[in-house]
Amino acid sequence: MAEKKLRQIAIYGKGGIGKSTTTQNTVAGLASLGKRVLIIGCDPKADSTRLILHAKAQTTVMDKVRELGTVEDLELEDVCKRGYGDIMCVESGGPEPGVGCAGRGVITAINFLEEEGAYTPDLDYVFYDVLGDVVCGGFAMPIRENKAQEIYIVVSGEMMAMYAANNICKGIVKYAASGSVRLAGLICNSRNTDREADLIEALAKRLGTQMIHFVPRDNQVQRAELRRMTVIEYSPEHKQAQEYRELARKIAENEMFVIPTPLEMEDLEELLMEFGIMEADDESIIGVAENA
Amino acid sequence: MAERKPIKGITTEKTEKLIADTLAEMPEKTQKKRAPHLGANEPSASPCAVKSNKKVVPGVMSQRGCAYAGAKGVVWGPIRDMVHVSHGPVGCGVYSWGTRRNLMQGIPGVTSFPMDFTSDFQERDIVYGGDLKLEKLLREADELFPLNKGLSVLSECPVGLIGDDINAVAKKMENELGKLVVPCNCEGFRGVSQSLGHHISNDSIRDHIIGKFEFKEEPGPYDVALIGDYNIGGDVWAAKPILEEIGLNVKSVWTGDGEVEKIGATHSVKLNLIHCYRSMNYMCKVMEEKWGIPWLEYNFFGPTKIEESLRAIGECFDDKIRKNVEKVIRKYKPVMQAVVDEYKPRLDGKTAMLFVGGLRPRHTIGAYEDLGIQITGAGYEFAHQDDYDRTAPEMAKGTLIYDDVSEFELEKFVEELKPDLVGSGIKEKYVFQKAGIPFRQMHSWDYSGPYHGYEGFKIFARDIDMAINSPTWDLVKAPF
Repeated sequence: MAEKKLRQIAIYGKGGIGKSTTTQNTVAGLASLGKRVLIIGCDPKADSTRLILHAKAQTTVMDKVRELGTVEDLELEDVCKRGYGDIMCVESGGPEPGVGCAGRGVITAINFLEEEGAYTPDLDYVFYDVLGDVVCGGFAMPIRENKAQEIYIVVSGEMMAMYAANNICKGIVKYAASGSVRLAGLICNSRNTDREADLIEALAKRLGTQMIHFVPRDNQVQRAELRRMTVIEYSPEHKQAQEYRELARKIAENEMFVIPTPLEMEDLEELLMEFGIMEADDESIIGVAENA
Repeated sequence: MAERKPIKGITTEKTEKLIADTLAEMPEKTQKKRAPHLGANEPSASPCAVKSNKKVVPGVMSQRGCAYAGAKGVVWGPIRDMVHVSHGPVGCGVYSWGTRRNLMQGIPGVTSFPMDFTSDFQERDIVYGGDLKLEKLLREADELFPLNKGLSVLSECPVGLIGDDINAVAKKMENELGKLVVPCNCEGFRGVSQSLGHHISNDSIRDHIIGKFEFKEEPGPYDVALIGDYNIGGDVWAAKPILEEIGLNVKSVWTGDGEVEKIGATHSVKLNLIHCYRSMNYMCKVMEEKWGIPWLEYNFFGPTKIEESLRAIGECFDDKIRKNVEKVIRKYKPVMQAVVDEYKPRLDGKTAMLFVGGLRPRHTIGAYEDLGIQITGAGYEFAHQDDYDRTAPEMAKGTLIYDDVSEFELEKFVEELKPDLVGSGIKEKYVFQKAGIPFRQMHSWDYSGPYHGYEGFKIFARDIDMAINSPTWDLVKAPF
């Protein structure tokens, strides 16, 4: 048997867009296809693995580091847990907002996992679920130094989600120049906005990539989440589970990896106007108060 | 002040050619950046033409330190009755531990604290922040050493990067411990050299220390403070007795062998006498503005400058002090003459080049000249324009002035000017000694000292003679 090639995938996108939910459901889909996956949550909130582990919050790498004093005293099995479909789960963890350096937590955690051999040869995929706003170098860690080669951006038809996607593409361009990281597609996590699929298709085209899948909105996701489960595990026959399996299959078969072509602000706004999300600036109303 | 006589073989044209030849070997961009920092001296020029206090040119070897070094090593470290905490990873604290040879009295752990206190940052402190650890450390340090008169918190780089709020911790702990806790945001990445660390530290003294204490004794008309003497090799102990001998009360010393409560009471002295202008002029100006205390720069290197300085100090006081000044000068004249008689015959006509911190290149010139040595080149690691303005008149026309000189430049200059002595730092020492050139490490007085005052001049003269006239040099044949 030919040696498996490990695919490392990072999921980015605006905060609150549904990255963690989409990631866990997709990974569950890959597991149901017989794939071996490791999820690394790169967010101090540490909510990237709860649906796989049925846990409120997993013990994070940084939790253990804090408890033991140094990274060197930490054992892999303290922080690497097995969940649904034999999916391996790790959370980097980090501080409360407003103190310390969460970005360094991500760097510390990923270095630890590499040194301790968490990337075992039987793995098919590593998924990095990264905090919404890439605020510093630490959160770019998963796409630096030949870690993740494929990036999927979770997006919706809302304006700010698309702004964020475009900004993330700018970051990818920077790292693509020095490494092998590529944009692999947009995942549209539907918010039921008008002509959403068309809009994201158009955005994807302008970015030089594809909308790999349109995930419709369905309350079954929330029903599963209440039970700390993925839809795939909770109701494998449900049509939403089928959507995630479809997304998983498309990712498994994806061969379209590109250096994105981020849009200038004017071009992005033009696109939004084209789809009626944004109106043309009326310069006469700018900065004028209601009762002025 | 009379202009220096020209030095044989030194002309403005020759020096300018040397600078041009040196620059010519650099890339064009570097040439452009370095050219303004090098010049031939024009004693009457004001301001001095050399540019200073700019970022080091990337790619050259610099001798500079960082803001933390300026704060911990220079200003805070010498205060003997405080616990100084290096807040951050362990290295900064360890490598600045006693390395400046700022000597202190006291019983270690009881009345002086010459230890290395550090929060020894680990990954978890970076990720979760170090504020709680700092709090705990301050509490523990105070428990272990309850006789300390205060604690200083000196930030290393990571503390600034992750945005820890040491000011809030210091405030909280000051209330809890009931003694001074002084935060100093002297992260190494701030500024272009250690000079900013001095300034930040002066600001911390202004905000947290000065005016908070009073001297036990009633104020007197002859109360002075000694500012900017860090007691390197015991300098303070050689300088203070002279001031006392002329009838002044030295109420506090900033900060060599210093005591924080006396520093904090300095706002009630009559005159501030400042030795290292670069590192402490800020607080002299603060005390002048806020409490109307005049300040005077003085120089205790070599008998000529000591006499000049003593007379200038005398002018700030009454006849009693002025008489004492003359008496002291008379008393030490034969002692100093004996030193000159002993060493000058062996040193007369020699030349030296200097590259030190922010004061010594100009302040020590008089002491060399008392021994018959002429200075052919001088420069500073981290001086500003006002330092160079004070330097130009102390040097002969056409001598070489170099700011933040790189290894390459200094080697080239020394090779060309062939001085009998180079006085600079530890990083330069072995380069020049291996080239067969006598060298003195002039930051820490090369494990010797004191060099200040009458006592110091004897040692200075002996050391310089020993360096230049050591028979060792006849046995060394430099391969270049």
